[in-house]
Order: sequence, then C-alpha cells, then structure tokens
Amino acid sequence: MSQGHRSGHRHRGRGETSPPPSRERTLVLPGEELPGQGLKPGAGTYRVGGKVYASVLGLLAPKPPFLTVIPLSGRYIPKAGDTVIGVVTDCQTTFWLLDIAAPRWAPLHVTGSPWKVEVGETDQYLRVGDAVVVRVESLEATGRIGVTMLGDGLGKLEGGTIVSVSPARIPRVVGRNGSMVGSITAHTGAEIAVGQNGRIWVGGSPEAIHRTREALRMIDEQGQHRGLTARVESYLTSTDRAGDRGPERAPIESAHRDAIPHELPPLPDVSPDEADGAGPDDSAEY
Amino acid sequence: MGSVGAKDVPVLLTPEGRRIDGRKLDELRPIRIQAGPLHQADGSAFVEWGANKVMAAVYGPREVHPRHLQQNNKAVIQCRYNMAAFSVDERKRPGLDRRSQEISKVIAEAFESVVFAEEYPRTSIDVYIEVLQANAGTRCAGLVAASVALADAGIPMVDLLPAVAVGKVAGQIALDLKKEEDNFGEADLPMALVPQSGRLVLLQMEGHMTPEELSRALDLGVAGCTVIYGKMKQALRDRYATTELAGGAA
Amino acid sequence: MSGEVAAEIRTAHVLELAASGKRLDGRGADDYRTVSVEPGFIATADGSALVRLGDTVVAAGVKLELGKPFPDTPNAGVLTTNAELVPLSSPTFEPGPPQPGAIEVSRVVDRAIRAAEAIDLTRLCVTPGEKTWVCYVDVHVLDHSGNLIDAAMLAGVSALAHATVPAKRFGVAEADYALDVQHLPVECTFVRLGDTIVVDPTFDEEQAAQGRLTIATDELGRVVAMQKGLVGAFSPDDVRSLVARALAHGDRLRAAARGGAA
Repeated sequence: MSQGHRSGHRHRGRGETSPPPSRERTLVLPGEELPGQGLKPGAGTYRVGGKVYASVLGLLAPKPPFLTVIPLSGRYIPKAGDTVIGVVTDCQTTFWLLDIAAPRWAPLHVTGSPWKVEVGETDQYLRVGDAVVVRVESLEATGRIGVTMLGDGLGKLEGGTIVSVSPARIPRVVGRNGSMVGSITAHTGAEIAVGQNGRIWVGGSPEAIHRTREALRMIDEQGQHRGLTARVESYLTSTDRAGDRGPERAPIESAHRDAIPHELPPLPDVSPDEADGAGPDDSAEY
Repeated sequence: MGSVGAKDVPVLLTPEGRRIDGRKLDELRPIRIQAGPLHQADGSAFVEWGANKVMAAVYGPREVHPRHLQQNNKAVIQCRYNMAAFSVDERKRPGLDRRSQEISKVIAEAFESVVFAEEYPRTSIDVYIEVLQANAGTRCAGLVAASVALADAGIPMVDLLPAVAVGKVAGQIALDLKKEEDNFGEADLPMALVPQSGRLVLLQMEGHMTPEELSRALDLGVAGCTVIYGKMKQALRDRYATTELAGGAA
Repeated sequence: MSGEVAAEIRTAHVLELAASGKRLDGRGADDYRTVSVEPGFIATADGSALVRLGDTVVAAGVKLELGKPFPDTPNAGVLTTNAELVPLSSPTFEPGPPQPGAIEVSRVVDRAIRAAEAIDLTRLCVTPGEKTWVCYVDVHVLDHSGNLIDAAMLAGVSALAHATVPAKRFGVAEADYALDVQHLPVECTFVRLGDTIVVDPTFDEEQAAQGRLTIATDELGRVVAMQKGLVGAFSPDDVRSLVARALAHGDRLRAAARGGAA
C-alpha cells in the first residue's frame, strides 16, 4: 500500500507484512515446531506443552517477545484501519453489503456514507456492482466487519478498473518506500490506488492500464522470486514509448476525481504489540 | 469394481515377498504432489499416487451457503469428495452416491479436528476433491491433496494431514494397497495422521485382522504417513520456497 | 482469484477496451488463446483428453459399455454426453444437482457430436435390437477461466478420436479396436462486447458479454450446430461473418484435437 512512501516502520499482524530488513526468512509450514526459545506464540502460531508450532504456511518472523508467522497465501484477513476496495453485493434498507475479498461480506451502514440516505433508498446511491474504497473500522468476535466510507480518499470509484492480486503480494506491489508502485506510475502514467485486500484500482489510458496490469501480474505470479524488481523495471522500460508518460489519461469526470485516491491514505501508526495482534490471546491452544 | 472377464485371483505375493507390482510389503507406490495448479481456487493441489489422479481445491473462508449451516462460533468445514464418471473401470453415474457422501463426511471431520475453525466464525471453508482416476486409496489421496490445498489457501491448522491405507494381502500386512490387492485382499485400513500429536483423525477398517495384525498395521500406517508427510511438505516448499519479502534484495 | 462479484467498472473497462480494438489479456478480437491437448490423460477411460485453453482446464473421458439399443433405433448405438461443472472449478459454481449452465454445455457439445455424425452410431450396434455399444462422453471442468463450451467440445472430441473399443474385454471380439471417428466437429465461441465481437472469451469477458454465439463446424466446412446464449443479440450479417471466422479457427482446433498442441 502506498503509505510505504512515508513510513518504513510499521508492524502488522496476520494478513499483512511490513517491509522487513533485506534478509532471507525461513519458510515454515503448519505443524512445524518453531525455533526461538523464550518467545511467546504470536499470530500464525500455536503452543502445545512448552513448544510453539506454525499454524499457517508463511515466513517465520520473530518479533520479541513474540514469535509470529507471516502468511504467504490465502484470502484477505481484515484488520482495523486497513483501506480496502469493495464491491457492492446487496442493498438493504439501511446498509450495503460489500465484498471486500474477506471471509465475510462487510456491511457499510448509511451513517458511514457521505450521503443523507433515506431508509430504503440505499440503491439511489450505490448499486450492486459499484466499487468503493472504504476503511475497516471494527472487527467483532462474530466475524462481522464494520467499514466506513467517511475519510480522506474514501468513496465510490468511477472509471478505470480493478486488478486483483494475492493479498500477500501487496507489500511487493508497494515496494520499499513505495518504490514499486512509484516506478509503475512513472513509467505508465497510470493512477493507482492499492487496497490492502489485494484489489488495486488502476485509472488512465487503456495503454497505461494494460501496462500496469501486466506489471501487477508479474508481481502476483513472481512475487516470491528473486530479481522481481529488475524484471518489472525491464518490462516497463521495454514498453516505454514517448507518448506513454505524461498526462495522456482517459477523461475522468471531474466531480469524481477527488474521490479517486492516487494513494490510499496511510494506516494509523500503531504500537508494535497491538499491531502484531500477537498477544497470548491470539494464539490457539490445541 | 472388478473388470469384466477373468475373475481369477492373481498372485498377490511372491515367495520372495514381492507384491503384484514388485513392491515390498512396507513400500508405498510412487507419489507426486503439485501444490497450487488451479487458478480459480484459493488453494489447490494435484496428487498422482500410483495410478490414482486426484485434484483438490479449497475455497474460503467465505460466506456460508446454504445459510442455515452457518455456525456462530466457528467456520463450518464442508467437504465434497466426488468421483468422475470415467475414473473407474465401469462408468460411474455422475453425482454423489452413499459411499462418496460417507467419505466426504469423515474427511470433513478429519479436517475439523485440525483446522483452527474458531478464527473465522460464521464462515465456510469448502474442500472439494475430484477423483479423476481411481486405483484404490482414493480417500487417502484425496485427503492428502485437500490438506496441501488447505495449506496453499493459508488456512490455519495444527498440522498437515498425511494419510495412507494399510491392508492385508495373502495373509501379510501390507502398506498402500493398489486395486488388485484391495479387491482380492483380506483387509483394508485407511488412516490419517496428525504428525504433530501422533494421533489419528481418520480411521476406517474393513476385513479381517487379529489384534496383533491390527497393531502392526497401525505402526506400518504411521510410518507410511511420515514418508507422505515429507512429500506434502516438499510440494509446498517447491511452490513457496523462493519467497522473499517486500523491499528485499531484488 | 476471481471469487468477487463482478465490479461494474471492470466490465465497463472490458467494453471500453473492446471499443478501441483491445482485450484485457492483450489479444486481438480474433486471437484464440493457446490451446493444448493431452490425449490419454485418464487410464481408466477408454479414451480421454486433458485440454487447456489459456487458464481454462477441462478433462474428458469416454467409456464404452454394452447395452440395449433404444426400441425405436434397434440398429443404432447409444451416445450420451454429460458435462460436470463441479464447484472445485469456480467460485461461481455450487454443489448440488446440475445447473442450467452445465446442462447447456452438455447439450451443445452433444448436439455437435451427433449432428456432425462424428461417430457412425450404426457401427456401434453389435446385435440389432439386442446388443450395442453405449458410448459415454463425460466432461469434467477443473478450472473455469472462460469459454467452457469450446474447451468441453475439444476435450470430448479428442477423447473420442483417441478412444479404443474394449471389445476383447467385453468378449464380443478377438481384439480391441480404435473407435471409428468419421468427422471431427469443434465449437468456436464468440461474445459481443459493444460493436466488437471477440473469439474465445475469458471469464471476465463473459461477465461483460452482450450476447454469446457458439458455432460448431466440421472438417468438411459444414456448420453442424449453433447456440446463441447470454443476454444480447446478433444480426444475420454478424452470424454470416462469425461462421467464416469459426471455420478458420476450426482447422487449428481440429489439429489440436487430433494431436497435441495447436
């Protein structure tokens, strides 16, 4: 996500990674006993007896006092504060249901919208199939995901398209300090808004969108391979033509232009402990 | 199950202790596992095990359909084990017969024993197993494929679930029966093991075994599961091992 | 992963691209995706093929069994085609009895095989009125990334072209023999995207489609079956020009059905 531009130091729990130091991480699989004596079981782990095991496929990430595993695959697991791209799947009398690629659909209540919506008139504002940028506000024990559209950069998306990648690839899409997304926009002239849920809005000319889509596909498919940045850069350079840079963009209705975030807003800074979601309560005993 | 024609019992075990395909009693058939071959699923795996070919896919956790199956405190795990019409010698009518439904149930329960379902209340984790070519041991091959697919889908769980059937052929306890051995053998005992705890979460048996034979069969099955566990892990490592994180050396 | 509800802006983008002669995956309107056919993929079948059409994957198996001819066609064999759109292959498919979409695929494929007389059914008859070969063509969808009809057809006809009649096993002849396939029908599917009509649609293009037309042709240049599907319309001139395009693609698809890659 683009906020990597400004902050190199954020700690996140399951479902997302912060840009780590440049070093190899150990791949672990469910059931593998984890090294790191004295560390407590954090996200992606569980404890039996005195031992800590991985519960998901991912990369071992010791964050003292916790031992965590960063997942490398799977659906988007929402986290409060995440900015995500949703698609309206249902209009109820006082809320819309959004598919945010999470385990459950997320209700967006009319009070979380920028409009004064009369009861029963939700479909006057958002219809099934509309795409929106929302922020995850609350996560309840029931699995209910509360989202809001109130905030900078949040709103309905107009024009452009949505490209989906694995949510685990989002840190690679952004790149260190936003280097990857910055490189793509510089080469293609596309506008990009990255959702933590693996959905990326891309606006601009058909050519700009196409090149961006190709670059994103490379990251999605090869995100785990070395030399990715060089390959993406090479693809972008090889497809550069004079007219591709600069402001050759598809006209976007100006009324909606403000609603299109060039960069989604940053996540609130949180202390490592709570962001890790790595308290002992987070681990599961088998 | 048998083919039309001769029903003569083949020689299942030579005096030298070799089985119908030349294996020793404690030897597995060749196994090849590929993690993540499908594009649409959240996780998938393809398993070729002897002459079995089985594809598995996992979708979820996602909204529950039908809604009344939703559980308030955990994800419901729904499994569908299905055999393609062309997967057996005599064409099988499409759709789930009673055997497939029973296998679906015991496999779902095996996974419920290891998946941390309480992390995703009111959702469904859907496990689909399609047997494309069957040659005895398809529930174990399907379970192994589904387990790799679950890991590929990022589902949190206690451990991978290796599985294998042990049987009795020509009076001897033998690992991983193939079709002729299954058809003409004296017992069949499929099992799935949680390596982390050493416990069995799928266990069925049909045939005749003495308590001593059963005891040896369990040991042989656990040993077989350990080998298969290694192959499952390798398949996942092959798919994910070259991982590096954002901002890495690239 | 395309488990999401189709976002309106995505389908709008597909249409916008089509208006400028482009497609999501960079293909031209008349470019077919890479096709590969792996005959003999299923050893338990009498004939089989695994077909990949881009990211779409379909397996087909042919089984031949002895049965009784229908009373009204005592001299003819029996042919049955069935397609299973199993929930493993797409987040949009649900478990349960066959949905209309699966039945449509089955019937469209069946119709082309039958109308092209791919198999001379009278040659399947063993004893008139008494005993005949029953030929089952079963198609199993494994990964649904669009254009299931063409993929199912290609898999089915390739499985037939590589099938062996198990006559020895069933005790009606001294030896098994190759199933005689006299014609090779293939389907070629198009969708309308605005004013453009593109061949071999992906899943995303099917979501945006304003009408689908499938045209089955055989190696003699005959049109043997058609099916218009989805909401939308085609003019008679559209149909005429699509027939010409279907025939051109047909030769390449037939080569794939016979052998391997196209």
